[in-house]
Amino acid sequence: MYGTGIIKGLGVTLRHFIQTYVDDLRWAGKGGRYYNDEAFAVRQSTQGEGVMTVFYPEEKLPVPERFRFVPFLVTDDPPPGQRWGHDWCTSCGICAKVCPPQCIWIERGKLPNGRPKPEPVNFYIDIDICMNCGYCAEFCPFDAIKMDHDYELAGYDRTTAHIHDKARLSKPLSYWQEIAPKRAEAEEIGRQLAEAAKTKKKSEDDGPRAWPTRLPVNCPIAARSTKTPRVQRRRKGAKTPGRALLCVFAPLRLGVKFLWSTMTF
Amino acid sequence: MSDAILEPPATTEPEHDPTLTPAQEAIARLKALYPDVISDETREGYEGVVVYADSLPEVAKSLRDDLGFNYLSSVTGVDIIDEGKLEAVYHLYSINRGGGPVVLHVQVNREEPLIPSLVPVFRGAEFQEREAFDMFGIRFLGHPDLRRILTWDGFNGHPLRKDWREPFYEEEHKPFGSRWPEGEVFRAEEKTPYGKNVQYPAGWLPTGDEYDAETDVYLGLSYSRDATPGLKTDKVTVNMGPQHPSTHGVFRMVVTLDGETVIDLKPVMGYLHRNHEQIGERNTFIMNMPFTDRLDYLSGASNNLGYALTIEKLFGLSVPERAEWLRILTVELVRISNHLWALGFLLNDLGAFQTPMLYNYIERELLVDFFEALTGSRMMHNYMRFGGVAYDLPDDVRGIPTLKFLEDMIYTRLPRVLDQGDDLMTNNEIVRARAIGAGYLSAADAINLSTAGPLLRASGVPYDIRRAEPYSYYDHLDFDVAVRYNGDIYDRYLIRMDEMRQSLRILEQLLPHLRRTQGAPIIGDKPQYALRAPRGGEAYGRVENPKGELGYYVTARRRDGNPQRYHVRAPSFINLTALGPMCRGYKVADSVAILGSIDIVLGEVDR
Repeated sequence: MYGTGIIKGLGVTLRHFIQTYVDDLRWAGKGGRYYNDEAFAVRQSTQGEGVMTVFYPEEKLPVPERFRFVPFLVTDDPPPGQRWGHDWCTSCGICAKVCPPQCIWIERGKLPNGRPKPEPVNFYIDIDICMNCGYCAEFCPFDAIKMDHDYELAGYDRTTAHIHDKARLSKPLSYWQEIAPKRAEAEEIGRQLAEAAKTKKKSEDDGPRAWPTRLPVNCPIAARSTKTPRVQRRRKGAKTPGRALLCVFAPLRLGVKFLWSTMTF
Repeated sequence: MSDAILEPPATTEPEHDPTLTPAQEAIARLKALYPDVISDETREGYEGVVVYADSLPEVAKSLRDDLGFNYLSSVTGVDIIDEGKLEAVYHLYSINRGGGPVVLHVQVNREEPLIPSLVPVFRGAEFQEREAFDMFGIRFLGHPDLRRILTWDGFNGHPLRKDWREPFYEEEHKPFGSRWPEGEVFRAEEKTPYGKNVQYPAGWLPTGDEYDAETDVYLGLSYSRDATPGLKTDKVTVNMGPQHPSTHGVFRMVVTLDGETVIDLKPVMGYLHRNHEQIGERNTFIMNMPFTDRLDYLSGASNNLGYALTIEKLFGLSVPERAEWLRILTVELVRISNHLWALGFLLNDLGAFQTPMLYNYIERELLVDFFEALTGSRMMHNYMRFGGVAYDLPDDVRGIPTLKFLEDMIYTRLPRVLDQGDDLMTNNEIVRARAIGAGYLSAADAINLSTAGPLLRASGVPYDIRRAEPYSYYDHLDFDVAVRYNGDIYDRYLIRMDEMRQSLRILEQLLPHLRRTQGAPIIGDKPQYALRAPRGGEAYGRVENPKGELGYYVTARRRDGNPQRYHVRAPSFINLTALGPMCRGYKVADSVAILGSIDIVLGEVDR
């Protein structure tokens, strides 16, 4: 019969219409359907029926641990009276080199004798350019840069407010542990394993290597990369020639290494 | 008629050699046929043959008619600046026999790059040749409408030539030296303020008084003042877009109308052009991965997979088992979420405003939630890495254990939304009246116009790359290639429903594998950010994206950290070649629905 298709379709619409009120009734005695955390969690899960709308900003969807938005720099928890603690960043520059839109600027610190100091003097991220890919956090060997969960960054002036400097970017470790407890824990374990392997290797003299092979399940790549820091590995593995040769070659090797690290990846 | 196209040509049968792939066989026969104009590719890491430019149409015609390689997938240019040459690269596939491509390389002088056009043989080359002209300045002789396509008429130079530089040029390759160790922050727009950030070609007046850029567009249409003889009527040329709700973004259709009937239609695009390919050539290999998300931004993970496969082919990397299952999981979920979106919008274009779209969105929203928990981003997944994937499954999604969440989706919610879509729209008389018979595309035309994906399969050509040239673990999975035979809007609607059902079938088979391989490695150990090409050469990788065949053509020199050439064969861009032929003879209101049935995303069309 002509028109049955339309009637059937309207039936679907009607079902959705009624479903909304069914859900209202179901939660009527339990604090209501809206502005109610419990109802909200069910509504947004696979059990949700009826209207799924989120009443932003009164209601906000919780973001998962892996959520990535504009990076921040991890520091030690600040001592009392100070705004932030010691930087974890060593200004090795890997994040700036791997950043696809090149939105990271790092000014490396200098020791009084002119040699590089493993600490950033300045660290800028242009959040207009940042594409939230998460590579900086993924490839950082020191867990010093992490992706934030704070997505409410709207501002009135993009020319001045959208370049975040080191003061703006720095956040204590406890903040990271708060927004991503599982990953922070996995990384902590990773660091401890790496530390243990390091001390073990020091005690053994050129013995068989004992790198941790078993990784925690769900361990992100960033955590895994901390277990075998590439810089460390290369230094340990290098065979040292005799002492006399060393004083000739060591500066040379350092120079080559430095050039290598600055000019290429 | 469609049968005639799908039947393998009789001539190939007698000499069939089982040890050779179809492509190798075709090349061997081609060499025998044209010994004077075809030479072997001698460069390391390259496949296919080099063809003498003047003989290209003849060779292509022979490939199409005699050897069964009737599908011209990709046409692109390469600038070989060291040798002073420009190269055009053609990838041809066999619809009948599947398998790998026959690659034709044509090299011409950089100063005077003239190549005969393939449009008379493969009409699908039309937009791709225009793109190669736009980007490289290769002039295709005999092309019916050789104009710039992605950049505008007042653009200076050809941006993919290696000696072209953007107004704010920093360095040839990333990472830029200014970022570390002396990072002094600056904003690019301060260095190239408004007014200085554009260069005009010689003789071009920015005011536009001297030259009307639109003239060329209108001349390309079959436009004339004398409409129906004997009647005092005019043909009218109407611009639909670039700001028009029916065009799915900033896209323009220039339509010539006789009354309500479309006489000719030309798509005008490039409003969202950002020279993705040149950015890709400045980037290191790994940097391109998040950029591919921005192509077809509705199916990020699927774009990632195409690029990862190409680079794995170039580098010779292998992928652990669990990573392959995770890849298929994400890609098939992306396919479903893309089709839910596409059907919502198609029905929107047909006049079913918002309702079916929003009903589909509920399930899509849950899929996006899953991607957010898995990859950290709802749409810009950046999920694949070379030789694996970035993250394992999360512990929970929206408070539900991940596998339970997937089960709920795959067994309950997604089948339910498909059935609901059937109830709501499939038999709706208005939809049927609008969609059946409109926008007809025959199988022969669909192949000749290089269309791909649902558009090709709705015309009765059962060509799916997951079956024709299987990648990942698709040859281990049980699913059917969805195919419909009427080639109209309604079949393009139905085939997307079919494809979603097939994707659900694949997903059901995945769950046991995901359980079994829990805790297994998901990526090789190679540090990704410092990758350098272990060999020089080219690689062409392609995947069956929700929109069609997504191909990446990458060439690199040995030990380089950056691709030398990075080309994206964008399915929605090439499917638009068929828009004009499909719309001719239908009403102007149909052209909106026909465009909706192609399912384009402007991020990918304009790149």
